[in-house]
Amino acid sequence: MEISDSSSRILAGLLEARTGQQLTLNRRWRLETALSALLRERGIASIDELITILVMGKEPNLAGRVVEALLNNETYFFRDRAPFDLLARAALPKLQERRASSRRLKIWSAGCSTGQEVYSLAMMFAEEPVKWAGWTIDILGTDVSEAVVERARTGVYTQFEVQRGLGIAQMIKWFEETPDGWRAVEALRKSVRFQVHNLLEMPPHPGEFDIVLCRNVLLYLNQATREKAFDRLAAAMAPDGWFMLGAGETVIGQTRKLVADKDARGLYVLASSDQADRRVA
Amino acid sequence: MKTCLIVDDSKVIRKVARHILETLEFSVEEAGDGKEALEHCEQRMPDVVLLDWNMPVMSGMEFLKLLRQRGHSDQPKVVFCTTENDMAHIRAALEAGADEYVMKPFDRDTLHIKLQLVGVA
Repeated sequence: MEISDSSSRILAGLLEARTGQQLTLNRRWRLETALSALLRERGIASIDELITILVMGKEPNLAGRVVEALLNNETYFFRDRAPFDLLARAALPKLQERRASSRRLKIWSAGCSTGQEVYSLAMMFAEEPVKWAGWTIDILGTDVSEAVVERARTGVYTQFEVQRGLGIAQMIKWFEETPDGWRAVEALRKSVRFQVHNLLEMPPHPGEFDIVLCRNVLLYLNQATREKAFDRLAAAMAPDGWFMLGAGETVIGQTRKLVADKDARGLYVLASSDQADRRVA
Repeated sequence: MKTCLIVDDSKVIRKVARHILETLEFSVEEAGDGKEALEHCEQRMPDVVLLDWNMPVMSGMEFLKLLRQRGHSDQPKVVFCTTENDMAHIRAALEAGADEYVMKPFDRDTLHIKLQLVGVA
């Protein structure tokens, strides 16, 4: 199916207006695949026909569905593994000391897609029940897509999804077979929460997050939008909190709010000026 | 280079798995059933066995039990790779000595992570 330049520009504009994300070259190539299920469902013959319907504004909900379909929701459990080991090794022991009086941790997975990162974090804590006994661990997952947040809330994954990243012992410990797929056990589902949120808006409640993860999300934003997103993410962190990006992503040349943690390569902390401002505030 | 023995009665599955494993830099050997796989292991023990469940002559489960009974010091890691995808089969496989379990269909990333988890990739 040939997609005209004007159609692809309209789709790019729609995606950017709604989410701030850019339709990068590799995603343009995937347009047809990304939209094929929606076209089939609505009985629309081509992407150009879809654009005509969108432009004429005949179906107001259609634009939202198109944006949902264009978002890249690729994720899996314990993606890249090393970041989770790094959190367990470098951040959590320090947080356990620093938050010993409140015994409360706040973690935000920004751009969580279907929730695998959030459930991976929940498993990390659940697997050390003695260490975290008496602690309140608030793990929040947010995404701009309502559809993926709804899926994340159910905690149900297909057979293909559930085994991506999980060892079998871990899988049968934390997931149960249901007619709909493999569902995270109740204890895990109760320990996490999800909400729809756009990175460019004010950070979600309650703020002052001890750990903010935003992995493989910001790369889809243009430079100016990315800088604004970094500002929002940094504003959501506790003054002594940590920030984590995806493999291959960096803060260098992207933001002045965050700097590499010199003691833990792969983690970022607030730049000292920003940290001081936050403490005064 | 690590060696992997693919044990599956389907030529197509062996071909697909071989392709993935070779891209992961494994040296690959093949067997069409459990008996053939056991003979292979007697001659040369692989680092890891990718094992189907239902096969003629000798099933994956029979092969695994016999392999573990023999108590060789250089026991390979065993990753079941099967369409038997319910909890009962998974538990039975782990009890018999399987190290990991892949439910078909799978992709390269899934297999790669499973091989990393058992320490051979």
